Amino acid sequence: MVYLTRIEHFNAAHKLYNPNWSKEKNEEVFGKCANENWHGHNFELYVTIKGEPDPDSGFIFDAKKLGGLINEKVIEKLDHRNLNVDVDFMEGKLCSIENLVMGIWKELEPHLPPPVQLHCLKLVETAKIFVEYYGGK
Amino acid sequence: MGKKVAIFRKEHFNAAHRLFNADWDDKKNMEVFGKCALPNYHGHNYELIVKIVGEPDEKTGYVMDLKKLSDLIEEKIIERFDHKNLNLDTEEFKNLNPTAENIAVVIYDLLRPHIDKEKELQIRLYETPRNFVEYPV
Repeated sequence: MVYLTRIEHFNAAHKLYNPNWSKEKNEEVFGKCANENWHGHNFELYVTIKGEPDPDSGFIFDAKKLGGLINEKVIEKLDHRNLNVDVDFMEGKLCSIENLVMGIWKELEPHLPPPVQLHCLKLVETAKIFVEYYGGK
Repeated sequence: MGKKVAIFRKEHFNAAHRLFNADWDDKKNMEVFGKCALPNYHGHNYELIVKIVGEPDEKTGYVMDLKKLSDLIEEKIIERFDHKNLNLDTEEFKNLNPTAENIAVVIYDLLRPHIDKEKELQIRLYETPRNFVEYPV
């Protein structure tokens, strides 16, 4: 089994805000991240797929095509957008990177051609904070 | 003539913004600014590098105490802009397009009065890892 990773990026606004709570409780729990007018990040998305290299091409999957797929199914929905307001798959969800990475998995995974499998998504919010998701619960 | 040394302090802030000219219609803003003009804001992890040039003090060996510089940047810049929406939350960008160029000039103007006159000050601001500006040049 070989693992291939493609890195893409998007620049987006978001806020961490539970609409069922008061402004004070949101600020208590989320601090500055609860600013009602949003803040933003340069996000980095690491997409790791796994499989066996094809005997004819040597590829698990063409990395350039993988980049195209990620851009079409994920980046175009997120780049230069407001994650709380503009993104259909985040509607009704709290806009943490934990929820975002799970949403991205659901957007991307169905479009990978078998036998290629999505192994891991790593979503980097800042130099100090990132999440990883391996699918499932 | 003494020896001039440059010192650098790196800080960062995460902010939302949008680029647009209020005198133009939506079509012209999208033409000129592209995705950066999308109406619901997007964001960046800005990286700020503050450069001070001067002669090391005879008694301390410092051009400037880097802890004091860090505190100054925190007070004048980071508290103003971190986790904020530059267009909506700041006086400086109420009527000024928050391009990286304009942000760098604003940061310079906010810090300059608090740095010794005989020392040179320069701002480098990364909007993304690939796009950065410097002021003055």
